Amino acid sequence: MSNSHEQVGAGSPGAEIPDPLDAAAVSAAVDRALADIAAADTLDALKAVRIAHTGEKSALSLANRGIGALAKDQKAAAGKNIGPARGRINAALAARTLELEAERDARILVEEAVDVTAAPRRRRMGARHPLSTLQERVSDIFVGMGWEIAEGPELESEWFNFDALNFKPDHPAREMQDTFFVEPPSAHLVLRTHTSPVQVRSMLERELPIYVLCPGKVFRTDELDATHTPVFHQFEGLAIDKGLTMADLVGTLEHFTRQLFGAEAKVRLRPNYFPFTEPSAELDIWHPGAKGGPQWIEWGGCGMVNPNVLRAAGIDPEVYSGFAFGMGIERALMFRNEVSDMHDMIEGDVRFSQHFGMEI
Amino acid sequence: MRIPLSWLREFAAVPADATSEGVLADLVTVGFEEEAVHRPVDELKGPIVVGQVLSIVKEPQSNGKTINWCQVRVVPEGSKQTLTGEGIDPSGVQGIVCGAHNFAEGDKVVVTLPGALLPGNFAITPRKTYGHLSAGMIASVRELGIGEDHDGILVLSTLGLDPEVGSDALELLGLYDEAAEINVTPDRGYAFSLRGVAREYAHATGTRFTDPAGAVTVPEASGPGYPVRLEDTAPIYGRPGCDRFVARTVRGVDPTRPTPPWLAARLRLAGMRSISLIVDISNYVMLELGQPLHFYDLDRLSGDIVVRRATEGEKLKTLDDKERALDPGDLLITDASGPIGIAGVMGGAATEVSAATANVLIESAHFEEVSIGRSRRRHRLPSEASKRFERGVDWHVADIAAQRAVELIVQLAGGTPDTTATDVGTAPELRRIDLPEGFPARLIGLDFTPEQITGTLEDLGAAVTARDGGHQVVPPSWRPDLETREDLTEEIIRLVGFDKIPSSLPTAPPGRGLTRLQQQRRRLLNALAAAGLTEVLSYPFVSKVSNDTFGSAEEGVPARAVKLANPLSAELGYLRTSVLPGLLEIVRRNVSRGFRDLALLETGLVFLPGESMGTESIPPLGVRPPEEVLDALYEGIPYQPQLIAAVFTGHEAPAGPGLAPRAWDWADAVDAVRLMGEVTGVDLVVEQGAHQAFHPGRTARIRLRSGEVLGYAGELHPKLTAASDLPARTVALEINADLLFEAAPDVIVARDLSAFPASTQDVALVVGDDVPSSAVLEALREGAGDLLEDLSLFDVYSGPGIDEGKKSLAFALRFRAPDRTLTVEEASAARGSAIAVAAERFGAFQR
Repeated sequence: MSNSHEQVGAGSPGAEIPDPLDAAAVSAAVDRALADIAAADTLDALKAVRIAHTGEKSALSLANRGIGALAKDQKAAAGKNIGPARGRINAALAARTLELEAERDARILVEEAVDVTAAPRRRRMGARHPLSTLQERVSDIFVGMGWEIAEGPELESEWFNFDALNFKPDHPAREMQDTFFVEPPSAHLVLRTHTSPVQVRSMLERELPIYVLCPGKVFRTDELDATHTPVFHQFEGLAIDKGLTMADLVGTLEHFTRQLFGAEAKVRLRPNYFPFTEPSAELDIWHPGAKGGPQWIEWGGCGMVNPNVLRAAGIDPEVYSGFAFGMGIERALMFRNEVSDMHDMIEGDVRFSQHFGMEI
Repeated sequence: MRIPLSWLREFAAVPADATSEGVLADLVTVGFEEEAVHRPVDELKGPIVVGQVLSIVKEPQSNGKTINWCQVRVVPEGSKQTLTGEGIDPSGVQGIVCGAHNFAEGDKVVVTLPGALLPGNFAITPRKTYGHLSAGMIASVRELGIGEDHDGILVLSTLGLDPEVGSDALELLGLYDEAAEINVTPDRGYAFSLRGVAREYAHATGTRFTDPAGAVTVPEASGPGYPVRLEDTAPIYGRPGCDRFVARTVRGVDPTRPTPPWLAARLRLAGMRSISLIVDISNYVMLELGQPLHFYDLDRLSGDIVVRRATEGEKLKTLDDKERALDPGDLLITDASGPIGIAGVMGGAATEVSAATANVLIESAHFEEVSIGRSRRRHRLPSEASKRFERGVDWHVADIAAQRAVELIVQLAGGTPDTTATDVGTAPELRRIDLPEGFPARLIGLDFTPEQITGTLEDLGAAVTARDGGHQVVPPSWRPDLETREDLTEEIIRLVGFDKIPSSLPTAPPGRGLTRLQQQRRRLLNALAAAGLTEVLSYPFVSKVSNDTFGSAEEGVPARAVKLANPLSAELGYLRTSVLPGLLEIVRRNVSRGFRDLALLETGLVFLPGESMGTESIPPLGVRPPEEVLDALYEGIPYQPQLIAAVFTGHEAPAGPGLAPRAWDWADAVDAVRLMGEVTGVDLVVEQGAHQAFHPGRTARIRLRSGEVLGYAGELHPKLTAASDLPARTVALEINADLLFEAAPDVIVARDLSAFPASTQDVALVVGDDVPSSAVLEALREGAGDLLEDLSLFDVYSGPGIDEGKKSLAFALRFRAPDRTLTVEEASAARGSAIAVAAERFGAFQR
């Protein structure tokens, strides 16, 4: 080991090595070290101070090493001088390190501050179509009542769309449906004009009693304008059970409309005609939150299932009775969410869906 | 149906101050929806009075026209003008400039005085014109909004009128009347008449009804009238096309007489034009009693009238002067000359009543609904007559309507009725409906009093007799729609009031909630939306070209598609076989609106016809078809799977501070499909594929492990994006969601998680550049054995250091044992086995 290899730290107290037995000299070395430690204002400066005052070449280290050369009876006294001195320096170093580290950490945090309001959008906003969301919300209300959701094809046999629903082949009501027919006409296929074919399928396929909601897309040969569209969405409900009455229909509709429009909502039935129900009624709902104030709004049709419809599904009308209803989802979106133009629902402008996000 | 209030008032107790709005409000309670109010005086305001032309001075003008400077008296001679206002001459004589020439001094005319308002918001004011102050206007029927004729002014004597000068012309012309328009549902044919509506009004208001049919007395005929035979040899559904034909004759009529204003006004308010006196009378009776009539020029008939079906090849020139080829299904009125009318739809031109007609034969017949409906559809001839016959007309009113027409003709057109009359046919059997005790209460949930049941039914005109605790009901002849006990129950509650129905909530049996598929669909669509896709909806109508491009992977192989028989547009004449054409149209629309960064999603059914399309016939209603018939119905319905499609174009996110926008590319489409697999728990295989709509080198075919192809994902073909005006590098995907959902595992079995340390090793393998990385990955997976926990591709490199035609694939393999810490040797050995399989399969070697 050679001195020439040793580096002397910046601000080194010099090579003056105190006599380990000289308490004053040792104390002076400690004072110098403590002053330097206090003066170090960065962790790097402190590191230099550490080397200068506690490194192998520091005055106290060398003084400490000198103890070995002392007489046996002096060693203890020298140890008592040097040991605590080094301890004080080390403690001061540790304390100052903590201080400086804390200062540094605080400074880094300040330096790392950003303008959080300038956060870039990393993900593009997605959305469900509000017709889908509303359809799901309506479905959930009925599922909550123990009903099930039934679905079926959009291209249907005329039998499911008309005959099974008691539309007589030549009755004007059949024409009033403005039906899309497909080639060849002899195939008797139509785009369903309502989701009622799903009711028929439910009656044919399910065990009694039946409580189903049939949401879905339906088709009429209407030109698109602000309030009409050739493709739109409906939900129809069907309940077949022993002893069902028109009062049950009213109660079901009341419960449903209250879920969707609030506790103030009410329903009103007006006589109407549908081939598949008897009695048949037009359904108005009292919409407490309507734009322009609470009011009655025409929403759909309903009635007691015509016995001929039950018979078409092989259900005995002497034993079972049922009720059915049907409402438009586009229409609901118009009066519930104040969509004023049908075009917005079908044109696919991203602003329309994105405004709703995943809610309705 | 439009109901003039003055007419309604003849048969029902309509208060004098009633408005159309009030009448509509009453009628809605018994099921007639309001349509509109027609009130002439909303657009027509006085003073509009009868004037007499005192003098006419003709003044030729420089523009070649001659105008008339007229002095018109507008108060009775000797009286004073009581009206005041700007332009009203206190003398009672107005100076008026008039351009028409069809009147003479002394004529009585309609004068719209200053201050009057005419339809079209046309205000009458005194104005300087042709050197005079013209204070008012002599009106034409068109200016008054009561006719089309504007060639000349209305000379009141042409209407057979000689009113007092100064009297209110609006009153004279019936213009203070108004009409309430209701929507009549197709079951209620009887409500297409004042008779029917007045009865309903009485039901709604609890007031008295006077049956107009009861006011007519049909005299005993002195003998048979014009010979008529009913010879339907091809009844529809077993019902003869004509089961009653009443014919009456009136001779010596003057068909040129004007239609009186009160009658013309009622027709106009009811929505019908005044045509000629005789035609107007037939329409008037139809509106009043619901019985369509047809009038023939008796002298143009030859031989017996025979009502029969058409024979092949027969033709008829109808009233509208169109030559029509008749169908053997058409019910005809014929005479010795051949067809003279399509029964209940339209008469023939050759026998129609004209200004020269002296003798009229009245036809008042009862035709069967279906036959009339079919002829009307076949010949596209909707008419007021066919509308009523199709919905059912009262059999018993035919002779009454004929008598009413006879009386009106004699009264208004002169002439003498023959004392003979023809009335052939057979009355339908009375329908008797059993209404069991308690049935209405069971259906409605309301305990009706016995009076409510019998009272309402009797009010309707039904005959009700007690029977077995319940009732037997014979519905009135004008209500062919009443066939069942449910129909009767509806009538009872309709008249008692739908607002009396109580409310109760039935309890459904415990449900199963949403089906698995419904839950999967929601989860998937919500996940895709959360991943940044925006759901849109398009119409399923597409062109043949779109279907052939998107619905078939292979070019030149057209897609089997369903063609619409009556599309809204000929171009979009097919049902979609792919969701993409509609979705791409929406992309275009958004881009044109300035939204270039898009990630759109659509789900919906597509229509994939197979060999069988529908069924040749359909079973009857009201009875469950036999199982084999039902099976055929089910099987005839084309496959309609639900697809999910998505399109990405532009950038993933907008530019932002420290964020350079990343352009969507083919991998985003593939990644979205991977997400769909992860959400549903289905192990999807992505492989190099080909589809004519996609870039030949950037198309992934998506399949199940079982091999079934679910769809495609990748970049759209550059030719297609260029040709269809889509942004370049638009990427898309389309997946059969039904197959995806079906493939989802019923139960996902947990994996044991080893807590021992993993050993991760990388390997770079050089393979031919046509080798799909997924295949190499698969080979590594197979070779690595059970210790392999995870394997992923993290880099693809070709360029310096790699031979031409080769590429380097860098994979990360993570090994872990369930029961111990792996040694480096074990991991390396597994890695070696993995490489060996890749080497064997693809000639892969380590870089």
